[in-house]
Amino acid sequence: MQPFTRLTAVAVPIDLPNVDTDRVIPARFLRKDRSVPEYASFLFRDVRFNADGSERPEFILNHQGFRGAGIVVAAENFGCGSSREAAVWALGAYGVRSVIAPSLGDIFHQNCFKNGLLPVILPGNVAADLRRQLHAQPGLSITVDLEAQTVTTPDGSRHRFDVDAFGKEMLLSGRDEIGLTLGYEAQIAEFEAHRAREMAWAVPPLAY
Amino acid sequence: MFEKVWARHVVAEGPGGHVLLYIDRHLLHEGTTAAFGRLAKSGRRVRRPDLAFATADHYVQTSPASPAPDAEARTMIESLAHHTADQRIVHFGVGDLRRGIVHVIGPEQGLTVPGITLVCGDSHTATHGAFGALAFGIGSSEVEHVLATQTLWQKKPLTMRISVEGRLATGISAKDVILAIIATIGAGGGVRHAIEYAGSTIRAMSMDERMTVCNMSIEAGARAGMIAPDETTFAFIEGRPFAPRGDAWAQALAHWKTLPSDAGAVFDREVTLTAADIAPTVTWGTSPQDALPITGRVPDPAAVADAGRRESMARALAYMGLRPGTPLGEITVNRVFIGSCTNSRLEDLRAAACVVKGRRAVVPAWVVPGSGLIKRAAEAEGLDRVFVDAGFEWRDAGCSMCVGMNGDLAGEGERVASTSNRNFEGRQGKGARTHLMSPAMAAAAAVTGRLSDVRALGV
Repeated sequence: MQPFTRLTAVAVPIDLPNVDTDRVIPARFLRKDRSVPEYASFLFRDVRFNADGSERPEFILNHQGFRGAGIVVAAENFGCGSSREAAVWALGAYGVRSVIAPSLGDIFHQNCFKNGLLPVILPGNVAADLRRQLHAQPGLSITVDLEAQTVTTPDGSRHRFDVDAFGKEMLLSGRDEIGLTLGYEAQIAEFEAHRAREMAWAVPPLAY
Repeated sequence: MFEKVWARHVVAEGPGGHVLLYIDRHLLHEGTTAAFGRLAKSGRRVRRPDLAFATADHYVQTSPASPAPDAEARTMIESLAHHTADQRIVHFGVGDLRRGIVHVIGPEQGLTVPGITLVCGDSHTATHGAFGALAFGIGSSEVEHVLATQTLWQKKPLTMRISVEGRLATGISAKDVILAIIATIGAGGGVRHAIEYAGSTIRAMSMDERMTVCNMSIEAGARAGMIAPDETTFAFIEGRPFAPRGDAWAQALAHWKTLPSDAGAVFDREVTLTAADIAPTVTWGTSPQDALPITGRVPDPAAVADAGRRESMARALAYMGLRPGTPLGEITVNRVFIGSCTNSRLEDLRAAACVVKGRRAVVPAWVVPGSGLIKRAAEAEGLDRVFVDAGFEWRDAGCSMCVGMNGDLAGEGERVASTSNRNFEGRQGKGARTHLMSPAMAAAAAVTGRLSDVRALGV
């Protein structure tokens, strides 16, 4: 996994609350291999493009200044709904490395950590003010520093954010999480041996 | 209850309050096969194939003519069969009567029991919480992690208890209860929380009804939703193929009876609803929180103070093609879908059939049973005849028109009365407009051609 340390990139504001992952990537693209070159074009497909593939001018990623943004500044509950990790893959394929919002869908939030995307939770008023700044002057950059846990906005103000210590460590190191867990083999085996004695019923009988 | 189940599954403590949580059951479907490929590529093995169970539901077309809508979908269905055979994982595949929607067949097979942790690469995994299991949806990377290690790194969520008290009136179902809950706390109300549903209304529910409630926890933002196990739960499980038996059953039962929350249990948030306040409920917008009693009217964004909310409401109404002030009962529909992991169980089909009996569908209407076994049981009761005689299509089991990826789609601009769980833009097909409701209400919409108060049909 690509580590995340510090990122300065153009930020795009998305004002709609409760943006679901069906909107981020429609279901018909979930069968596609994420290595295909056109994967980035699946991002926000049905609100970003018309059926003939032409751009929908009203969608913000099609506005001059926001194209190729590396950071999304969203509203409440961004990434809600379906567990599809493809939502994060499509954002990543487009070049987004961080999503800032007052709250994020829980599964989407977890999926970000697994793919080198930093999820940042900022208070609602701070995120709203940030979106206003970005609308006022398209193309502004934001700096997200994971080590320091700060977001530096275009007006120079700096906001501290909380991040799960585990997720932070994984993002900073870019470490393979499964590799890490396999290092706990002894504890897992011991746990299973204990359960086999105390909670044998928890393993289903072979009824097949 | 959540704390008790959580504590029993902690394998190790990690940094920042994360724990390594043991996973007792891992359910798989065709949409999660990519994880097998990555696992093989990194030279890793499936640690506990005996705790994984698979079925084909998301990509299977439910037309009896052909199970695969196209070559790509067929590849996904075959890939799951191949990987599970290779890893010696039990697979309820195409042609197996036990095949069905993953959240329907887990409980049906007795795989879902109280006190366990259960995960699946699907956000509606909270369904299994109806049995007092800690069940939650995970992403593809986490699927791979569970396959390799039978564990997950998790941070303990906050807890929320939602109590519903009193008797539900005639015509009011579990679907109305959960839609009312989501409308109350909002689509993001349960973010970072595990919900426990409690109160006399919930206790009086059957397992099918409890599953409907827990199923839509994610629509309120919560990854997990649980209900305390009781005699209703135990009676449902006993004797099912994968349920504990003999001495194991007695030990399990003794443990399960310790699971309900203690009298003085403290929750991070408490919410209470009164059953008598809940009416047959339908959604008007593009978020499950956009729900109102059928007696209401399409709301007016202009009457909302918050600018963000006003804008999102206006957008939802534009997508849905609705005008503020329109009585909900005057909205005509083009199509009806009865099915999905929310409402495709035998009791759901009975409730719909009860409304349909002796009437005719005036718009195209589908009934998609949740599993092959439910389909057979419904046919044994003659429910299929009721539907077919009324002009409904009686289909094979699967996710079908809930998920928009298997060829079962609504057309652009079509308005669907649906028993599924999401009314998101494009969910049932590009440009399709979804109104969520109970099976009885969807049946009422099918026979009247509009959103209708099932109570007025005198059922």
